Amino acid sequence: MELTGARIVWECLLREGVEVVFGYPGGAVIELYDALPDYPIRHVLVRHEQGAAHAADGYARSTGKVGVCLATSGPGATNLVTGIATAYMDSIPIVALTGQVSTAVLGRDAFQETDITGITLPITKHNYLVTDVRDLARVLKEAFYIARTGRPGPVLVDLPRDVLMAKAEFSYPEKVELPGYKPTVRGNMRQIRLAAEVLNSASRPLIIAGGGVNRSGAWDELQQLVEKYGAPVAMTLMGLGAFPQDHPLCLGFIGMHGAASASLAADQADAILAIGMRFSDRVTGKPAAWAPHAKVIHIDIDPAEIGKNIQPAVPIVGDVRVVLEQLLPLVQAREFPEWWSLIREWQEEERERDILNQDVPELVPPYVIHKISELTHGQALMVSDVGQNQMWEAQYYKHRRRRALATSGGLGTMGYAIPAAIGVQIGNPNDLVWVVVGDGGAQMTLNQLGTIVQERLPIKISIINNGYLGMVRQWQEIFFCKRYCATPISSPDFVKVAEAYGIPGLRVTTREGVEEAIRIALAAPGAFLIDFKVKEEENVYPMIPAGQTVREMIRRPLYRQRTLSEEVG
Amino acid sequence: MRHTIVALMEDKPGVLNRVASLFRRRNFNIDSLAVGHSEVPGISRMTIVVKGDDRTLEQVEKQLHKLINVTKVLDLDSSSSVERELALVKVHATPNTRSEIINLANIFRGNIIDVSPDSLVIEITGTEDKIDSLIELLRPYGIREVSRTGVLAMARG
Repeated sequence: MELTGARIVWECLLREGVEVVFGYPGGAVIELYDALPDYPIRHVLVRHEQGAAHAADGYARSTGKVGVCLATSGPGATNLVTGIATAYMDSIPIVALTGQVSTAVLGRDAFQETDITGITLPITKHNYLVTDVRDLARVLKEAFYIARTGRPGPVLVDLPRDVLMAKAEFSYPEKVELPGYKPTVRGNMRQIRLAAEVLNSASRPLIIAGGGVNRSGAWDELQQLVEKYGAPVAMTLMGLGAFPQDHPLCLGFIGMHGAASASLAADQADAILAIGMRFSDRVTGKPAAWAPHAKVIHIDIDPAEIGKNIQPAVPIVGDVRVVLEQLLPLVQAREFPEWWSLIREWQEEERERDILNQDVPELVPPYVIHKISELTHGQALMVSDVGQNQMWEAQYYKHRRRRALATSGGLGTMGYAIPAAIGVQIGNPNDLVWVVVGDGGAQMTLNQLGTIVQERLPIKISIINNGYLGMVRQWQEIFFCKRYCATPISSPDFVKVAEAYGIPGLRVTTREGVEEAIRIALAAPGAFLIDFKVKEEENVYPMIPAGQTVREMIRRPLYRQRTLSEEVG
Repeated sequence: MRHTIVALMEDKPGVLNRVASLFRRRNFNIDSLAVGHSEVPGISRMTIVVKGDDRTLEQVEKQLHKLINVTKVLDLDSSSSVERELALVKVHATPNTRSEIINLANIFRGNIIDVSPDSLVIEITGTEDKIDSLIELLRPYGIREVSRTGVLAMARG
């Protein structure tokens, strides 16, 4: 059957099981939009292309499927860049389709021409410029295959307008032929036996679960291993949702602002089983001084991650779900009573220093997140932005479900949360989707409230509004003598803005108001916004300063001591 | 440490750009890079000389492997491989110095491929060191232009 390039694109997407495309029309993709009404694919009109990429990313993170975004040539394509880079850093499978000027004028600086394949070369797993309509079906087949398999990641396909208009015989290839692309799925059995030996002879082991557990769907395998082996488990920010955060063997999240007990455990461990993680500097601080006593077992699907930041004693390349399945029967059931009693001491101190256990009269952000967690039973699909709000969400929301959180970990993209939530909600129409965003990040992508309303999405948005770009302010407070340069930020009346878009909202200024506001939001049939006016200069604790070690960890001062020293100072 | 890496890759538009972009982005230092056809139609062969410690080298190999269009990556051990480079050297030559220069070229098994009233073009093939030494010897006569291919390498046997 002979079809235009535009129709071939939609036919391919249908065969890949694509149900929704997040996009924005324009001159170079008008053929695609003209053909779209003939196909049973939902189109979500975003208010800026960056939001299309984030929405596709949120869709992918929360469903495990490939997210698709679509933009026109030139500025449409460049607006996708931040979203593509976000997905790349966190290994999220998305396919980005961009329009391009006709091949006849390619390279002549035509109207709305930009070299998007050149621009996205370092932030895509792979990309294509299609110059012949006969290649189109094969390229799209490969694009989805590459995005979803191995270490997932974004793939961009650039579509010149004449290719979309030209006709070709359509048949969808059944197989891909990529001689240079053969991801290793099964782990090497000899290495797995070595790993089991290390674990079976360890006395202070720690398991760390990264984003790879969520990507490969290894939740059951992880839980079986942890419960059989009896070791503490921590998660990286990307790993949240890999293991129930209220499980007695769970220490919480690890890293710069992770649980002190998790960082201390890594410091004292004699064996670390690192699963689907990449030892980001936000996890390790100073890599040379991280986990100095531990034999590290590193499982990852990407061979290039092995030895990139931390040199493991036992490297295992493979899909973490398959490798954990291979490893499970070889690991002995253990208990580690001495190790656990040490960890329980650390956790006791953690609890004592926890702001929730101190008599704090003000409305502090941890309390807000704690209440959201409690009232949603840890079952909401959370979407957090970047900065303090993100860290508090990670610390205080007790995620109890799989693919529990969408957040920009590697790139740290402010403005991610609101548009990403659109994708999360569309991918999970029957689930509760809850956004945690700061007043800074909210103002970066507030325009997407329009999309939420147009698509009738019942997303709950909580703004942690402290009048500052809080994380940078915290650094300025601690490392730059409180010189608050360019961090105080004014905001519009968020409740009125929401109302202008047709979204009901509330402002909360006291602790007493928190619970009721959350209940009202939960009872509201559609989207709802709560503007939490929280204590302005609240810090995220603990904090291991960038590039340092657990010995330099800054703990939360006990509240009474602090007020006293403030009075004195 | 100097390492010679051979990468086989699909001969498609943009592949050279992907490799170059990778080296720049990952902050790897390339000494030389040469690319051309291999024995298989549609597959190009690239020889890359990099400087760095073993860890850098391991990352170079693995990151190259990650490129979808790269089909094979080999780290060539200098003791079990052969390396050659080709250079064209245009050197200033007067009737007085011409025969001296031709003698030098002959010692290095170079060919004179162009003669003009005041210059000679020498074609020389060999290891990087051999070419460096000839260039050093020619320098006093006045070198006008040098064009080097970069190292090509192949495992013995």
